[in-house]
Amino acid sequence: MIKQFPIQQFLDENGKILNKDIRSQITTELVKNFYQHCVRIRTFDRKAISLQRQGRIGTYAPFEGQEAAQVGSALALQQDDWLFPTYRDHGAAMTFGHSLRNILLFWNGRNEGCIPPEGKKIFPPAIPIATQIPHAAGAAYAEKRKGTKNAAIVYFGDGATSEGDFHEGINFASVMKAPVVLFNQNNGYAISVPINKQMSSQTIAQKALAYDIPGVRIDGNDIFVVYFETLKALERARQGQGPTLIEAVTWRYGAHTTADDPSKYRDQTESQQRRHTMDPLLRIEHFMKNEGMYDEHWINEIEEAAQAEIDLAVQEMEEFPVANPADIFDHVFAEPTWGIQKQKEEYLRLLEVNP
Amino acid sequence: MMNTVIQTKTLTLVQAINEAMDTMLKENEQVILLGEDIGKNGGVFRATDGLQEKYGEDRVLDTPLSEAGFVGAAIGMAVNGFRPVVEIQFLGFIYPAYEQIMTHASRLRMRTMGYYTVPMVIRAPYGAGVRAPEIHCDSTEAIFTHMPGIKVVCPSNPYDAKGLLIAAIEDPDPVLFLEPMRSYRSVRDEVPDGKYIVEIGKGNRLIEGEDVTLISWGAMVPVALKAAEQMKVRGIHCDVLDLRTLYPLDHELIAESVQKTGRTVIVHEAHATGGVGNDIVSIINDTSFLFQKAPVERVTGFDTPVPYFGFEDHYLPTPKRVVHAIEKVMKY
Repeated sequence: MIKQFPIQQFLDENGKILNKDIRSQITTELVKNFYQHCVRIRTFDRKAISLQRQGRIGTYAPFEGQEAAQVGSALALQQDDWLFPTYRDHGAAMTFGHSLRNILLFWNGRNEGCIPPEGKKIFPPAIPIATQIPHAAGAAYAEKRKGTKNAAIVYFGDGATSEGDFHEGINFASVMKAPVVLFNQNNGYAISVPINKQMSSQTIAQKALAYDIPGVRIDGNDIFVVYFETLKALERARQGQGPTLIEAVTWRYGAHTTADDPSKYRDQTESQQRRHTMDPLLRIEHFMKNEGMYDEHWINEIEEAAQAEIDLAVQEMEEFPVANPADIFDHVFAEPTWGIQKQKEEYLRLLEVNP
Repeated sequence: MMNTVIQTKTLTLVQAINEAMDTMLKENEQVILLGEDIGKNGGVFRATDGLQEKYGEDRVLDTPLSEAGFVGAAIGMAVNGFRPVVEIQFLGFIYPAYEQIMTHASRLRMRTMGYYTVPMVIRAPYGAGVRAPEIHCDSTEAIFTHMPGIKVVCPSNPYDAKGLLIAAIEDPDPVLFLEPMRSYRSVRDEVPDGKYIVEIGKGNRLIEGEDVTLISWGAMVPVALKAAEQMKVRGIHCDVLDLRTLYPLDHELIAESVQKTGRTVIVHEAHATGGVGNDIVSIINDTSFLFQKAPVERVTGFDTPVPYFGFEDHYLPTPKRVVHAIEKVMKY
């Protein structure tokens, strides 16, 4: 199966283009846009870890190392498409237009953080594994039924492919020809369990064979292949040809979450080595240098801009009004049931008397 | 419109359910049915009989055999503008979808503070007493009444079934709609044509009486009524309540009746421990403690798995067991 599903690269580790067909589509503007988004989400990720360490947000799931997979795929979407992230895909969500303040609010325990900017079809991050895949299949099928050309993308990890909901969702999508792209980020580990203990199959892409849909295996650290293959899969979806399974092979440098210590289950020197050889940002830098696009001044500018934007979001998150206990009760149903209303009144009265 | 004559038809409970879906498919383009064998086959109980022929394969969808998959997909459709009505073939087969209902359908409104909502109905035949195979007879409504964010409805007769199902389809939140399969074809009613609603959250007094409050729902209503008849001959008059909705419970109706009689017997076929009967006892405790003349009696299924049908007559509450409980509260 490794032979049938080789890892496709458009851009190698040294920043050399391997796929000549895409050459004409690669503009300076596109490359700079890729790079700027990668810098932006990496800066956010590092800031969030630091905020967690300082006790300013709760447990946080970092994605550093997976920037090309998230940015490349999210940039392939159109304005009216749907995005179904997991808890590690806020890099994709913010690239697609989610509010940085709200993403920080989510990690700081606030429901307000699950609300996307008005009109942006971004689902709250899935916390259980793989359950978002049927949602994406259903939302995409709904678009098909409405006769739109909108599609959905759903993110999930390597471990998710062992769950029933992965298979039920992909099966539903393939039977209904739902316009959905199933975007897997295979980072080699489901918390601590390596992929060879997760599945007997050598690739995730090959699972597409069973559903008779295209399965594509790509280098998830090569933003070019991620972007163009996701575009292609989305185009197939829009044309009524149904779902595509993309396996983007990548690596998370850090922990599963800030509550996890990866040195317990893997040798972290591998992560250090990968920073020098496989890093998704480094690869774009190599390409920019090879093409004469590299501009240190511009890079400094975008790094500062990202930092400023994130600092502002942190400030907005920290200045956000404190949690209103009434909100717990008011959004369970459109109208609270008598029992919830009673609990609310009694609790709020108690707070008034004894704050 | 005062003079409009409302046309009625004599329908079984399962026919009334079919009529409710027919009415709503006709009225609202967003209504869509999903489930196993609901298309050409019309469902294993024929609840969707003829609907695919009438409304097409796009609106009455045979899904793959995957409860989590199609309940999950229905959540995605509900969020994206549809009103899915999902059929689970038997309540005992809903468990693969438990996670989708517990962590998503019932919680999306809360998680997004109303930005995403799930106006979805999950229909499921439930209960024992029809000599069905194992696992086809569960009555696990309490799993879902315990779950915040979903309403649980359970009609006992054709009129309520149609009106409640229409109300459920129009509800802005998820509703689990439990259908007493034992009563699917054993009860007939005059059911109005067209659209009408039975309000979710409102119970119904079936017989007025002063001595004992008898509370039940679904397939246990006929059992309660039989026991009430037998007691009436002996001069004891039961106030028989059909709750119709199990979440939210009609606490006002319960309190009003219990404060009148001071004695209560609850009848449900689900297991006693953690059953909805316990929530009713809590309501009585909270609202009517000083009116009580006897401890509340519960006549329920036992704390055993629902047995294979060779034993089910021993498992299910019978009029005899209900009469025995009524005697107990009367003698206390």
